[in-house]
Amino acid sequence: MKAGDRLPPLEIPVTRTLIVAGAIASRDYQDVHHDPELARRKGSPDIFMNILTTNGLVGRYITDHFGPRAQLRRVAIRLGAPNHPGDTMVLTGTVEEVEGDTVTVRVTGANGIGKHVTGTVTVRVPA
Amino acid sequence: MSGEPEVHEEFEARLKAYEGLPAAATGVGRDLVNEPMIRHWCEAMGDTSPAYTGPDAIAPPTMLQAWTMAGLTHRPERTAAYDELLTLLDTSGHDAVVATDCEQEYLRPLRPGDRITFDSVIESVSARKTTKLGAGYFVTTRTDVRAGGELAGTHRFRILKYAPAHRSSKPVERRPRPVVNRDNAGFWEGVARHELLIQRCTACRALRFPWLPGCNACGSPDWDTVAASGEGTVYSYVVMHHPPFPAFEPPYAVGLVELAEGVRIVSNVVGVPYDEVRIGMAVRLEFRRYDEELELPVFRGVGP
Repeated sequence: MKAGDRLPPLEIPVTRTLIVAGAIASRDYQDVHHDPELARRKGSPDIFMNILTTNGLVGRYITDHFGPRAQLRRVAIRLGAPNHPGDTMVLTGTVEEVEGDTVTVRVTGANGIGKHVTGTVTVRVPA
Repeated sequence: MSGEPEVHEEFEARLKAYEGLPAAATGVGRDLVNEPMIRHWCEAMGDTSPAYTGPDAIAPPTMLQAWTMAGLTHRPERTAAYDELLTLLDTSGHDAVVATDCEQEYLRPLRPGDRITFDSVIESVSARKTTKLGAGYFVTTRTDVRAGGELAGTHRFRILKYAPAHRSSKPVERRPRPVVNRDNAGFWEGVARHELLIQRCTACRALRFPWLPGCNACGSPDWDTVAASGEGTVYSYVVMHHPPFPAFEPPYAVGLVELAEGVRIVSNVVGVPYDEVRIGMAVRLEFRRYDEELELPVFRGVGP
């Protein structure tokens, strides 16, 4: 494991169900995450994924790769192009730094309209 | 808001005054950290890590914020300062919100049974920014989440409060067009002259409506018309609540109107609130124009 290593990509089909299930599991009842008509009134073409779900998926991407003993230390994400139903988000990661048992990974989640998420995850991977 | 820069500056200064003030004080998690919520989260995320199940389960660290969420309940922990800031933004037209950044640090895992508490501060309010969504302000808060009094994680969260650039004003929808064919063209020609024409069989004199090529009673294909007097009563009705169709604003009443001549027609009952339409109510024909090419017979409630 060294800086520059790439993680295998993870494809997430962005279904309406995922968006709504993620919003509810994160206790987020903002209408734009479940009500298409109200989302449209706020200038969005449809409902879109909430940030907590994106955060959860980014965390899952890293722990799926590093295994159940990996401990997330920090997840910092910025959202760009929204995840609307029917799209697919492909998560990719590049190791930025390895320091002892701590790895920093740069993560990007791209969908059909651009970069949905960019961020950095720091994870401890006990030997 | 005016587009004058000095007006923005003055407004920005008012917003900036909230920096450093608490956004939430002594918040308490609505639920203890618990297995069902962890399982629902993992289900939604498709996360099958064994770290989140079994006797030594921890909560997925990325759930940190979820434990602070109020769901549909009110937020007693939210400070007056934060309420004021959001109200200031709402009332100035920046009433839409989208989360843009989330930075979390995890200091110790949360486990089922933990009761979390949290405090939050307004870290910064940005200058006015123009974004693809619309112009607005980024508001950044920082939340410390504790379990058993011990810091378990920190959570920096940035939202954009904005005035939607593409606020969809409701598009003007037109009602569906009637299908006009050789069997009913005469009816629509009558409507154009503000006459409601009923077909009459020239063989047996039976009246029929809607228009048909032949007589239901005797089978004769020959007919002429009589103009309805316009008097009628509500024979039956339904109130449409759902689903909404383009150009129709529910709720509205659809009446089956029995004309004085004895035939029945489906149409709107107008001039009466939808929930006051009643069977037996007296109605009178009128013609209502819906757009430049569509005029329809409707019935106005005129009596009990």
